[in-house]
Amino acid sequence: MADRGSVELNSEECKGCGLCVEACPPKVLKLSARFNQYGYHPAEYTGAGCTGCGICFFACPEPGGITVLRLAA
Amino acid sequence: MPEYAPVHAKPHCFYERYERKAELQHQTHYCPGCGHGIVHKLLAQAIDGLGIQDRTILVSPVGCSVFAYYYFDVGNIQVAHGRAPAVATAVKRSRPESIVISYQGDGDLAAIGSAEILHAANRGELITVIFVNNAIYGMTGGQMAPTTLLGMKTTTSPQGRTAAGEGFPIHVCELLASLEAPAFIERVALGNNQQIMRAARVLRRALENQVKGAGFSFVEVLAQCPTVWGMQPVEAQKFVREKMTGTFALGNFRDRRG
Ligand SMILES: Cc1ncc(C[n+]2csc(CCOP(=O)(O)OP(=O)(O)O)c2C)c(N)n1
Ligand code: SF4
Ligand code: SF4
Ligand code: SF4
Repeated sequence: MADRGSVELNSEECKGCGLCVEACPPKVLKLSARFNQYGYHPAEYTGAGCTGCGICFFACPEPGGITVLRLAA
Repeated sequence: MPEYAPVHAKPHCFYERYERKAELQHQTHYCPGCGHGIVHKLLAQAIDGLGIQDRTILVSPVGCSVFAYYYFDVGNIQVAHGRAPAVATAVKRSRPESIVISYQGDGDLAAIGSAEILHAANRGELITVIFVNNAIYGMTGGQMAPTTLLGMKTTTSPQGRTAAGEGFPIHVCELLASLEAPAFIERVALGNNQQIMRAARVLRRALENQVKGAGFSFVEVLAQCPTVWGMQPVEAQKFVREKMTGTFALGNFRDRRG
């Protein structure tokens, strides 16, 4: 069955603070091992299990850091 | 392939790009994990949600949030240290149809600006004040604020704040709640998901009050300053949750509907 939600992370706006990783209830976000252009480890979606709850969006201090999507009805 | 549609995306009332240093126009100037960034997002969501972007005027302070005008595509004024409630008073009285927000840090509001906030609240000005309390002077590198917790080490209380030496932390909500005029006073925090979502609702309420003409509305947000506290953001969030809320009780102190 398809996941109810999905997330898009803007890795060049992300500062690797980790607050979204902490906030995500099913723990489907992680900090990447790679660096972005400013030397931060950007957050990334592990690729499965997002419920579309939206809390990572509110927990992220960057205006466009995270976009949360939900499965269209 | 399943189809997904965005439900939470960058709020409209943020600019697409920010007029700051050339290569940084897609990022805020805040440190990683800074509470101001989260308060900005919650505020932007509330402005969008109420459909008031075109009539909002944001008065930004001196402190780390001095550059709020880089980000919010609303009317903006940046004012002298501590004076935001006085300027907001003038703006609101001369443009009553505008939604006027005074955004301030704890050094700005509770130290140098303690007179302005007290009297704006006492006059019951029809403005919304957002008070970001991170218990420190962030921008200037970590001097003690009136809201610094007892025992907390800062550059100006290197042994830790003591009541005998530096006085007790000032509880601004409780002080303002001793006045008759304010319509709404609440303290919220960014310490965990639940607290963040409560903060989102309360910020929206404080703006909605102004739309309805309810009266002076004040929201204190307990927020992390990971950099100056010398903590990782997640650890700093835990400090907000476990330590700051111990000194500053969360809750509503006034809710008088317009
Ligand atoms: C009249 C005046 N006095 C002092 C300063 C120096 N100053 C700049 S920011 C600041 C404190 C800001 O702390 P706070 O309001 O807690 O905001 P934060 O940076 O923590 O968000 C001070 C004292 C100034 N700019 N103007
Ligand atoms: S929307 Fe919810 S489940 Fe999906 S990544 Fe964000 S916090 Fe995790
Ligand atoms: S909360 Fe935002 S800035 Fe922080 S790691 Fe997650 S996406 Fe990046
Ligand atoms: S010094 Fe503190 S308040 Fe200022 S931007 Fe950095 S984390 Fe935020």
